[in-house]
Amino acid sequence: MTASAFQHTHSSSYARLEAEQLTLKHGKTTIIERLNVTLPEGQVTAIVGPNGCGKSTLLNGLSRVHAPSSGVVLLNGKDIHSLPSKEVARRLALLPQDTLAPDGITIEELIRFGRHPHQSALKQWAMNDQDAIDYALKAADLIGLKDRLLDTLSGGQRQRAWIAMSIAQETPLLLLDEPTSALDLGHQIEVFELIRTLSKQGKTLAMVVHDLPSACRYSDHIIAMKSGEILTQGSPKDIMTKELVRELYGVDCDLIPDPMTGSPILINIQRVRG
Amino acid sequence: MLKWFSVTPAQRPLPSVLMSALFVLTFCCVLSLLLGAGGLAPHASLLTLLGHGSADAEFTVFHLRLTRTLVGLFVGLTLGIAGALMQAVARNPLAEPGLLGVSAGSSFAVAMALVLGASTATLTVGIAQIGALIGCLCVIGTAKMQGQRNDPIRLVLAGAALSSLLLAMTSLILLFDQRAADEIRFWVTGSVAGRDTSTLISVLPSMLLALICILYTAKPLASLALGERVAIGLGHKPRRIRGIVIIAVALLVGAATAIAGPVAFIGLVVPFAARALVGPDIRRTLWLCLPLGPIIVITADIISRLVAQPAEMPLGVLTAIVGAPVLLFIVRSHRLPTL
Repeated sequence: MTASAFQHTHSSSYARLEAEQLTLKHGKTTIIERLNVTLPEGQVTAIVGPNGCGKSTLLNGLSRVHAPSSGVVLLNGKDIHSLPSKEVARRLALLPQDTLAPDGITIEELIRFGRHPHQSALKQWAMNDQDAIDYALKAADLIGLKDRLLDTLSGGQRQRAWIAMSIAQETPLLLLDEPTSALDLGHQIEVFELIRTLSKQGKTLAMVVHDLPSACRYSDHIIAMKSGEILTQGSPKDIMTKELVRELYGVDCDLIPDPMTGSPILINIQRVRG
Repeated sequence: MLKWFSVTPAQRPLPSVLMSALFVLTFCCVLSLLLGAGGLAPHASLLTLLGHGSADAEFTVFHLRLTRTLVGLFVGLTLGIAGALMQAVARNPLAEPGLLGVSAGSSFAVAMALVLGASTATLTVGIAQIGALIGCLCVIGTAKMQGQRNDPIRLVLAGAALSSLLLAMTSLILLFDQRAADEIRFWVTGSVAGRDTSTLISVLPSMLLALICILYTAKPLASLALGERVAIGLGHKPRRIRGIVIIAVALLVGAATAIAGPVAFIGLVVPFAARALVGPDIRRTLWLCLPLGPIIVITADIISRLVAQPAEMPLGVLTAIVGAPVLLFIVRSHRLPTL
C-alpha cells in the first residue's frame, strides 16, 4: 500500500466534500439554486466568476457557515449540518474573508486557536497540540516570527499566519475565501505558493479567487460561476477559452500559454464593444 | 516590575499581574475595615481588628464595615466580570450593563415586585435576575449586537434610550405606590451600605451557575474575537455562546443589583483597566477583573464614606462621577479598541 493510498483509507484524512441540489438564500433573495458540485480530492480548486455571482456564498455553504434552504452539503457522505460542529472542524478548516485580529495577539497565540476543535472542557491542552503548532509555524515559514504581534506584520505574513492557524487545525480540507484579495503581488505569490505546498502534502483545498490568471496558475481545477450557476468546470487548460472569459466578465481577450508553466495567460483584454 | 512597561499588555505575565492586584485588593479591604462608617477612628479600628476593641467597636468593624466590604467585594466582582463578558459578546468596548439597560431592567423588575407586595427584605434575587435578562434581550433586539462591524456608539444610544424608558416606568410605578417608593428610594441610587449578608448567601447558587456558564464559554468567546465565521470554522456555535454569556451576565448583574441597587460604570471601567493591564484576550481580562472589580468598588466606597462626612454619598453617585469621564474618554479616543 502506498503512502497516499494509506491516507485515503485513514478516516481523518478522508475528505470528500460535495453539494447536492444546494439552494442558498440571503433573506428572500436566492443566490444559488439546486447546485451540484464536488471538490476533487487532493487538488486545489479555484472558484471564479464576476462580483455577485455567488462564489463566496457557495464557499460559505460548503463550509456550513451558511445553512442551505434546501439540498445538502455532504462531508464524507454525511450531511454536514447533522454532524457535531467540532467534528466538522476536525475535517474542514475555513479561512473567511472577514477575519478580525484582536489588538495584541501574537502569531503563536493566533495559531493556538486552530487547536480548539481538538480540545474539550476536560482536555484543555494536549502534548500534540504544541507539535501541531510547531508544525504549522514551520509549514507557513513563520518560526522566527512566532512571538511577533499580528498587527506589526506585513499583509502577506499576516495572511500566512491565518493559514497557519488552519494548518494547526490538522484538517484534510481547507476552504479559503479570497485569501489574496487585499495583498500586493509579492504577498499574493507568497500565499499562493503556501497553498500549493499544502496541496502537495495531500490537502484538498478550495479558494475563491478574483484574479483569473492566478486561478489558472495555482489551481488544478476551476469552477466558473455566473449568476449562481456553474457555467463550466475542469482543469484550467481544458476550460479556459476566450468565450468563457467573455461570458464571465464581458471582456474580450486572447489566451496564450505561459511559456514557463503552460498555464493560460490573458492578453489584450478589452471591454466588449457594440 | 519595570519590564512590565517595556512589553505590550498582552505580553505581561498574567500570574504576577494578578498577584499584584490581589495585594492591592487586600490593602483596600483592610482600609475599608479601618475607615469611615460608624465613626470609629482608624487606630481604634486597628486595635479592634487585632482583638483589643470594645463591644461597640467590634460591632462597627466586624458587622457594619465587614458586611459592607463583603458586599463591595461581591458587587465589584460581579459587575466587572459582567462588563467584560458583555463587551466581548457585543464586541464593543462601551457595552456596559449599567449603560445598556440591564441594571435598569433589573431595577424595574424589583420595583414591580415591591408594588406587588414584596418588601426589600424578602426580595428574591431571582426577580432582579429575570429583569436583567429581559433588559439584556431588549437591548440586543433594538441594537442587534450580533453581526460584523457594528457601531459601538449606536449600541450605547439604544441602551441609553432603553434605560431611560425603564427608569421612567420605574418612577411611574413608584408614583402610585408610596410604600414601595420609600423602600426603594435609597436602594435605587446604588449603595453597599446597610445591606445584609443573608442576601449575599442567597445569591451563591446562582453565582455558581454563572461560573459554570463562564468556564464553558470562555474559550469559544475568545475565538469570537477573531470573527464570526472564524469561530464557526473552529467548531464553535456563536449563537449558543452568546446566549449562554447573556444568561451569565443577567445572573451576575441581577445579583449585584438585588444587593446594591443599580451601580453604573463599574462594568465599563473595570474591563477597560483590565485590558490596559493584560491586553484584550477575554480569558486574561476575566482573570484580572476578579481582583480589579472589588478594588475599584471598595475604593469608591471608602471615598464615598469620607468625602461627605458625617453623611455618606451613595456609591452609585460616586461611580457615575468617576465612570462618566472614563466613558467620555473612550468615546473621544482616536480609535476605539477592537474586541
